[in-house]
Amino acid sequence: MYIMENYLTPNFHGFSDLRMNDYAQEIADKILTAYQQKQPLKITSGKTKQFYGRKINAEILNVKNHSGVVEYEPSELYITARSGTPLSEIERIIDHKNQILPFEPPRFGASATIGGTVACGLSGPRRAYSGSLSDCILGADVINGKGEQLHFGGRVMKNVAGYDVSRLMCGALGTLGVITSITLRLLPKPENEQTITFETSCTEAIEKMNQWANTPLPISATFHDMNTLYVRLSGSPSTIKSSAKEMQGEFIEKNETFWETVKKHKHPFFDTELPLWRISVPPSTPELNIQGECLMEWSGALRWYATDSDERAIRTEVERVGGQATLFKGNSTQNIFHPLSKASMKFHKHLKQVMDPGYILNPGKMFAEL
Amino acid sequence: MSTSISTADLSREFCKILPRASVLDREEQLKPYECDALTAYRQLPRLALLPSTNEEIQAIVNVCRRYEIPIVARGAGTSLSGGALPHSDGILLNLAKLNNILEIDPHNRTATVQPGVRNLAISEAAKPYGLYYAPDPSSQIACTIGGNIAENSGGVHCLKYGLTIHNILALKILTIEGEILEIGGKNLDSSGFNLLSLMTGSEGMLGITLEATVKLLPHPHDRKVMLAAFDQIQNAGDAVNGIISNGVIPAGLEMLDHLTIQATEMYCSPGYPPNAAAILICELDGYDEELEVQVKRVSDIFHSHHAIEVRIAKDEQEAELLWQGRKASFPALGNLTPDYYCMDGTIPRKHLALVLDNINKLSVKHGLRVANVFHAGDGNLHPVILYDANVPGELETAEKLGGEILELCVEVGGTITGEHGVGVEKLNQMCVQFSNAELETFLAIKNALDKKQLLNPGKAVPTLHRCAELGAMHVHHGKLPHPELPRF
Ligand SMILES: Cc1cc2nc3c(=O)[nH]c(=O)nc-3n(C[C@H](O)[C@H](O)[C@H](O)COP(=O)(O)OP(=O)(O)OC[C@H]3O[C@@H](n4cnc5c(N)ncnc54)[C@H](O)[C@@H]3O)c2cc1C
Repeated sequence: MYIMENYLTPNFHGFSDLRMNDYAQEIADKILTAYQQKQPLKITSGKTKQFYGRKINAEILNVKNHSGVVEYEPSELYITARSGTPLSEIERIIDHKNQILPFEPPRFGASATIGGTVACGLSGPRRAYSGSLSDCILGADVINGKGEQLHFGGRVMKNVAGYDVSRLMCGALGTLGVITSITLRLLPKPENEQTITFETSCTEAIEKMNQWANTPLPISATFHDMNTLYVRLSGSPSTIKSSAKEMQGEFIEKNETFWETVKKHKHPFFDTELPLWRISVPPSTPELNIQGECLMEWSGALRWYATDSDERAIRTEVERVGGQATLFKGNSTQNIFHPLSKASMKFHKHLKQVMDPGYILNPGKMFAEL
Repeated sequence: MSTSISTADLSREFCKILPRASVLDREEQLKPYECDALTAYRQLPRLALLPSTNEEIQAIVNVCRRYEIPIVARGAGTSLSGGALPHSDGILLNLAKLNNILEIDPHNRTATVQPGVRNLAISEAAKPYGLYYAPDPSSQIACTIGGNIAENSGGVHCLKYGLTIHNILALKILTIEGEILEIGGKNLDSSGFNLLSLMTGSEGMLGITLEATVKLLPHPHDRKVMLAAFDQIQNAGDAVNGIISNGVIPAGLEMLDHLTIQATEMYCSPGYPPNAAAILICELDGYDEELEVQVKRVSDIFHSHHAIEVRIAKDEQEAELLWQGRKASFPALGNLTPDYYCMDGTIPRKHLALVLDNINKLSVKHGLRVANVFHAGDGNLHPVILYDANVPGELETAEKLGGEILELCVEVGGTITGEHGVGVEKLNQMCVQFSNAELETFLAIKNALDKKQLLNPGKAVPTLHRCAELGAMHVHHGKLPHPELPRF
């Protein structure tokens, strides 16, 4: 009914027939069987983020083949795609209509899919300025741990009918259900984007970023790598020019390539054998007392450390400032995610029980108990 | 539901927790709580309680759990869906006394507030720092943040700045077990499930909000408010689409139809073109030159959709005047009619003209006038049905008409509620929007987190039994069960 004909023609981007690549029923059947046989499943798709989360051993359920853009309505600012659709494909299609994914997904490999992206819940550079991945979820099709196909949310921005189960899927690492299709809100692509830089210390960068954030300056990304602060400005050329002047920064030439390296973790900092910590703190938090180099994004709200410091020491320091630490990459015998309080774990277990009563969907991927 | 304890004994239990004056038990004391802003539904609670600390609330919840007494939380009681309607066996928990702004943190741009803080009070407190809280429901002088979170409320600026869910960072929730659940923080990412989303819009059925930390934003650099008038509603609807498809996201984009224009003119004379079939009010914000370009672009789009007049407010005063009429629309319509009933469906924008046309047909069919004043940019309709409750049968007709409008919204791929919540009002339409398996998921979530059904029971999610009795046709993904049949 809402399928845009031109997106089905192969010469546009290689889509053939939507009826092909619809494996929802097959996935549901497999989950039902697994539920009946109490067989735990490890859900995989593009396999670019397998390093993320706790390691689990279970029968593999690959959902990558379930792919295709189901609806794309540029004027309605949304896209609905099956979970196995490559992220790159979605970005290419919407770019064609001058639109973007507001959360600017990070990318750890060419085969990354939209389903895996939503399950991991990770947002990229634009997140602190135009919203998170969760913020732009409008609806989702989900198969629960009993093999039931369910649909939550919708295609419209304003929707408060029923509990928000579609957003609950975001960042649940597949432990609450297999996402089979997702509807995301899109934004118009900014007319122009340029990046300016400043040579500053970490402390000064935190101050600057938070001062700017208290003004309407058209900032759409920030990044600090110990010495240099990069700030992306978005808008019309005139706005960018006057803002850069006000901020007194130096333009860099390769704006796009720079943010690609940030999104793809190609900055030399990430080329490390050390455990990589992703630390989420209130943005204006002063420099943390953690050993090792620090990268900052999101006006200071996201900080990366490559360090083999003791896990407990890191978590204690981060909790002191009201933040949380995730072991993004590294020795997975440790806790990966920031531990939950007792009351919160109880709540989590109740939800797991509702969505996956057989405890078969990525069991233990997030926390041993879930 | 248990009534194992007499109301007098229950009252004595609560008097151990609260000062006597905060335990209301006489009918005249309970009367003010018998309904929220959806006045068609009324029910007295057994008692109304006015706690002033979290500890008191926790103790109240513990008593209610012990005796299995339903609890209905209440902020300002401005809900339009009966969300705060009391339960006949239960207590009404009025949170109005918890109205302290605990912290404004200008460095991290957050405000931490108690649940009874009024929406507008947050922006007022943040003003000295040049910051404000973006979601601005029309009821913002009265409604509370606790109610906003329960309903995931929006406002005229949520097209660009988002709903409540997009503007909150942390919640402190009291579970029915009497435990405190901390969700989120001043940071942006938290481990575990996305509970912030689950709690927001859950209509007070999964926990009681004791505290919220919200985002504050800097005021935009500059804004421009425009008005465009059309002699056909179709053109106004198409112009809305034209703007968004052109890559412009206005801060707000609202539509008023002919009846509403006339009502507001009589009420507060905002100077709207009296003969227009519809007007659009569009607010754009941004930087000087860029803003000028956008104003020009939007103005061109209005003209290309045959606007009969396009006005750009010259100064703040004129801008305010243009908004004033919009903001006064509901009281203005109230002057036209003894009673009105405000609906809240959302539809894909491209169907605006079609749906408005069909609402008109439904209005003729049922013989009741319907005014439309709504968040056009979001496709969030607020058809206002004018009726007279003193005329026998009119309320029922209004409800029937309202129900048909919501079903129409689902049929075109929309939803039965954009921002007012399901409450008691739209339980039947939930059967249309969701399948049994989906409703079962909602019921199971409720059951898992509140086994005894004590938190605002009977709201938001219908029982499967109710849906079966109703025999409603579930519309799957906005695709009609029988698309070949004419419906409009
Ligand atoms: C004239 C008018 C204009 C309006 N305009 C808008 C608008 O533009 N946009 C919009 O979205 N809405 C609007 N509304 C609807 C209403 O104002 C909102 O739904 C508002 O959020 C309700 O807040 P409240 O404090 O009055 O909550 P109440 O009506 O008291 O309660 C609403 C729900 O929240 C629950 N609740 C309240 N506090 C808590 C708490 N602390 N913990 C758990 N649950 C709680 C209640 O149990 C109930 O289910 C309007 C209403 C009126 C009367």
